[in-house]
Amino acid sequence: MSAALLIDILLWGSVLGVGLIAFRRGPPVFKASLREGTMDFVNIVPRIALGVIGSGYIAAIIPQEVITGWLGPDSGWLGVATAVVAGAATPGGPVVGFSIGTVALKSGGGVPQVVAYVVAWALFAFQRVILWEIPFMPARFVWFRCAVSVPFPFVAAAIAMVIGKP
Amino acid sequence: MSEPSPNNPAPVGDAESEPRPGRVRKPIGWSTIIIAGLVAVSAALVWRRDGTDGVLDILTHDLSLFSGILPRVLAGCLLGAFISEILPHEKVSRSLGPKSGLMGLLIGTAFGAILPGGPFTAYPVASALLAVGADFGATIAMVVSWTLIGYGRAVAWEIPIMGTDFTLWRILISLPLPVLAGALGRFVYTRLYPKPLAKDDES
Repeated sequence: MSAALLIDILLWGSVLGVGLIAFRRGPPVFKASLREGTMDFVNIVPRIALGVIGSGYIAAIIPQEVITGWLGPDSGWLGVATAVVAGAATPGGPVVGFSIGTVALKSGGGVPQVVAYVVAWALFAFQRVILWEIPFMPARFVWFRCAVSVPFPFVAAAIAMVIGKP
Repeated sequence: MSEPSPNNPAPVGDAESEPRPGRVRKPIGWSTIIIAGLVAVSAALVWRRDGTDGVLDILTHDLSLFSGILPRVLAGCLLGAFISEILPHEKVSRSLGPKSGLMGLLIGTAFGAILPGGPFTAYPVASALLAVGADFGATIAMVVSWTLIGYGRAVAWEIPIMGTDFTLWRILISLPLPVLAGALGRFVYTRLYPKPLAKDDES
């Protein structure tokens, strides 16, 4: 987990860095940002608690044989296409998406298929599009971006097939 | 970023000189209710299958995961708030307009990759970029880059859950995708809407 530690240091270093810049703009700016960030944190914690603590249960009841069958190493491009649909249809936050990916990998899913699943989920999971992206961005942009994004899980799977496993 | 509503983006000058209003927050929305229901049903199924011990095992594991994630979430929220405050909106938009070419897509990609925080940071900032003159291509590159190679989600979620090896490898594979998506977006957009930005804000 040393990479995670490194990124932790980077993360908090960045917080200090931008905090310093904000502070030099004036203490009111700094205080307002600090309060805003803390309020974001307080507001987001319940959702994260539910997602993290709950997703273990959701992952525990996902029928693993089904995913193995869908995303298995022998499933080929049909498996990739299924993975893309599954990624778009996955409800819940990152914990659910990544947990399903992990379950798929551990239960014998093919790596290109799991990559396609994770990338499709990251690009256009319906729940994030509807609940986060649409409220903040012009709807026309959101649909356009999703449509343009459709080929790219397949591209990622193709690259994964070419360069092999991690 | 100072204005959460996409339909009336804040003038840039105001965003830089005035304290920004609070973001729109949705403490308990439909997603929360649906997920809560899903979790309850799943926990009940686990309890029927594995008994109380099975339920407690998962709870213990997830609680330790949760306590590990919390500080990173706080860091992400603070970072997002500070960056929203100090972001040089005009300069960013000039480098990301319709005529910014490959460089604009690359800048969008780099910006998305270093942009911290969760969706509550990325989408408002992307919306601000659109409002101050970035085109669809560069903004798509930014959003796709944030979601695929941004370190925020990778650190907070993907590495703890999927492992460092898979995550770094997956990010490596994803490196070309934001520029390609932005280029495809720009290519399609200029053919779908030949007249530049004339009817953008009509509804």
